[in-house]
Amino acid sequence: MAERTPWSLSGALRGMFAKRTIDQDTWDDLETALITGDFGIDVTDEIVGDLRSKVARYNTTDPKDLQRMLRETLEERFSKLDSTLKLTERPAIVLVVGVNGVGKTTTIGKFAKFLANYNRTVVVGAADTFRAAAVEQVATWAERAGAHIVRPQQEGQDPASVAFQTVEYAKRNNIEIAIIDTAGRLQTKGGLMDELTKIRRVIEKQAPVSEVLLVLDATTGQNGLLQAEAFIEHAGVTGLVLTKLDGSAKAGFVLAVQERTGIPIKLIGQGEGINDLTGFTPHVFVQNLIG
Amino acid sequence: MATFGNLSDRLAETFRNLRTKGKLSPADVDTTVREIRRALLDADVALEVVKDFTGKVRERALGDEVNKALNPAQQVVQIVNEELIAILGGEARKIQFAKKPPTIIMLAGLQGAGKTTLAGKLAKWLAKQQHTPLLVAADLQRPNAVQQLQVVAGQAGVAVYAPEPGNGVGNPVTVARDSIKWAIDKQYDVVIVDTAGRLGVDADMMKQAADIRKAVQPDEVLFVIDAMIGQDAVATAKAFQDGVDFTGVVLTKLDGDARGGAALSVASVTGRPIIFASTGESLDDFEPFHPDRMASRILDLGDILTLIEQAQGAFDEEEAAKVAEKFRTDSFTLDDFLGQMQQLRGAGSLKKMIGMLPGAGAMKEQLNNFDEREIVRTEAIIQSMTKAERTNPKLLNGSRRVRIARGSGMTVTDVNQLVQRFEQASKMMKTVAKGGVPQIPGMGPMVGAGFAGGRGKKVQAKKGSKSGNPAKRAAQNAAIASGEKLPGAGGAEAGAPAGSGFGLGGGRGSAPAGGPSEKELESLQKFLGR
Repeated sequence: MAERTPWSLSGALRGMFAKRTIDQDTWDDLETALITGDFGIDVTDEIVGDLRSKVARYNTTDPKDLQRMLRETLEERFSKLDSTLKLTERPAIVLVVGVNGVGKTTTIGKFAKFLANYNRTVVVGAADTFRAAAVEQVATWAERAGAHIVRPQQEGQDPASVAFQTVEYAKRNNIEIAIIDTAGRLQTKGGLMDELTKIRRVIEKQAPVSEVLLVLDATTGQNGLLQAEAFIEHAGVTGLVLTKLDGSAKAGFVLAVQERTGIPIKLIGQGEGINDLTGFTPHVFVQNLIG
Repeated sequence: MATFGNLSDRLAETFRNLRTKGKLSPADVDTTVREIRRALLDADVALEVVKDFTGKVRERALGDEVNKALNPAQQVVQIVNEELIAILGGEARKIQFAKKPPTIIMLAGLQGAGKTTLAGKLAKWLAKQQHTPLLVAADLQRPNAVQQLQVVAGQAGVAVYAPEPGNGVGNPVTVARDSIKWAIDKQYDVVIVDTAGRLGVDADMMKQAADIRKAVQPDEVLFVIDAMIGQDAVATAKAFQDGVDFTGVVLTKLDGDARGGAALSVASVTGRPIIFASTGESLDDFEPFHPDRMASRILDLGDILTLIEQAQGAFDEEEAAKVAEKFRTDSFTLDDFLGQMQQLRGAGSLKKMIGMLPGAGAMKEQLNNFDEREIVRTEAIIQSMTKAERTNPKLLNGSRRVRIARGSGMTVTDVNQLVQRFEQASKMMKTVAKGGVPQIPGMGPMVGAGFAGGRGKKVQAKKGSKSGNPAKRAAQNAAIASGEKLPGAGGAEAGAPAGSGFGLGGGRGSAPAGGPSEKELESLQKFLGR
């Protein structure tokens, strides 16, 4: 795609680091940049306080040092958790969950392709039987990624039964990885969240679930934390996927999510193309974030 | 949830020590403004908007206005509320129809904002008002977006124009242009153009949106935005304003627990009004946007007006009068109890309704613990009783109770509890219906009690009292407003989930008689906001 501004705080930070000394404006700018990056007021205060004390300790006035320290702080905080996907079971079952419109289906398409690139056989279970044309959407993606697909046999079928059939299919045909799509649901809908628990329970009758990936939209604000907490409680999330990072949002809220919940970010989506999904590397992520 | 305290709570905290003081010192105001700032940022209001906003609040808070006030905390909440409403656009704006049909409405927004679903909701809403909308599938980008729109159109019972299969095939600009001719030909009076989701930073796609706009000359361009969006709302809204120049905003996914600070940011940064709000998965969960209600939501002051409207929709006035009569004559039976409960369920999710009450943010935990299925279980118990037992619960001896427990899959203890609750409730109803003040165990005087815990030790009791209390207060306020005694005022205290049904039913009963005016509600909110 032509002329895209990269998702980065660098614009906001550039002016600040270009100055000669660290002064009150620097701190204000830093705070503004972090808040605008959706880090949330608490994390922002922590980071700014932490950096202030470091600057005082090392007795520096050079914004370059501050920039380096900021990068180190963020990298350190982002890399506390292990972000490797655990797909050693056969079949490895991956359940994909999230609120409406975060990009679950697109992520599944990209993830199937991602796995296919490593010569893994993949089956996608279209267990979003609720939203209009969701099955067709995921089928199109599966086709593009060269993955198998298990469709519901009838309209409005119980998603848990589709999930069950997907696992069955994977076992019967010796497919290595089964990815199961679920309908988007807001974390406040108790009944729908219970449905998720049920899907998981039903799958586990046949095989353990290797990964439960919660898809979070980078444009989400502080509500992301509430989403994560609810989905962890009901679906036992094991990893986060961050989507739409090709926009202008910085998704700083994931730091709070990762730290409060102890669930690592595992994958990152940065575009609508089928290859726009990568693993999470704290170094690269922070590099992109602050430039 | 505990991580996000709400503004009114925080203010209350800040002002706890100032209760005795008659006026605010600049230092007090600074502390307060800082709290407001934090709370707004937690609600995802954009930083630049927050700065501007807190500046205004500080100015007004230091002015005479506050010093004259009886309770400075209340006054500050009031100021904040007014300022929020001002930013959100004051009055609700209606959609502009073209003088010469068809009226053309174009939808634009980020991926996953909910455009396609919204197109269906909007179409259904228009169809209900005797319009003949046509949905146009101009999202040819996302896999199977066209099919989705067709399905949605089918559900809404409206026509759809989809000449291209989508999935990257076809030109959305051409489709949009042709759709207008088609609409004029076939005499549709509203055309809704659904476009592909696009990022604000994607120059090519923004250009495409602008081209579509040029091609169809829409009367309204609605920018669809997810209520959960964070600080990026500003950048995105600006990009869309520059790109397609929308005329109004639609806020989606408001049924979640996001505070929806984005609404404030978008309205403030672009100066465009928010016209609609979308609040659920069903095609009927769609309503015109009310700035005052959104302000209350951001402040977590509750949304009593919507609550009353929903209750009005769900409860039958005649039925309510009948129930009141039954209370008075002491002929209220378990059957009526069941009926009330079913009516309540008809009003939609109980949680959603409770969530609209003032201070609901503070009791989110209880809300989360509250199990909607409790109602189903209670229903099961009552339905396992014979007709005679329902009319006369005194018949229920030990062996009957065992049978009922087995029949409903519950334990005898559950049955006992239900019967007990029912007896308490009907006793209270009777007192209220006769004009007395009900004695509510453990409630104490109900003036300004707030939600400060310590009440309702048992989970069971908690449900009822926590949820019911404000409902009752709302109902009572409404009763005062309309000058009549409420049959169900005490019912909410009964401790059973159904108790809330009485409270709400009562609230509804009085609402048509003029209903609580804006002003009264405001004062109620202020009162509840401490």
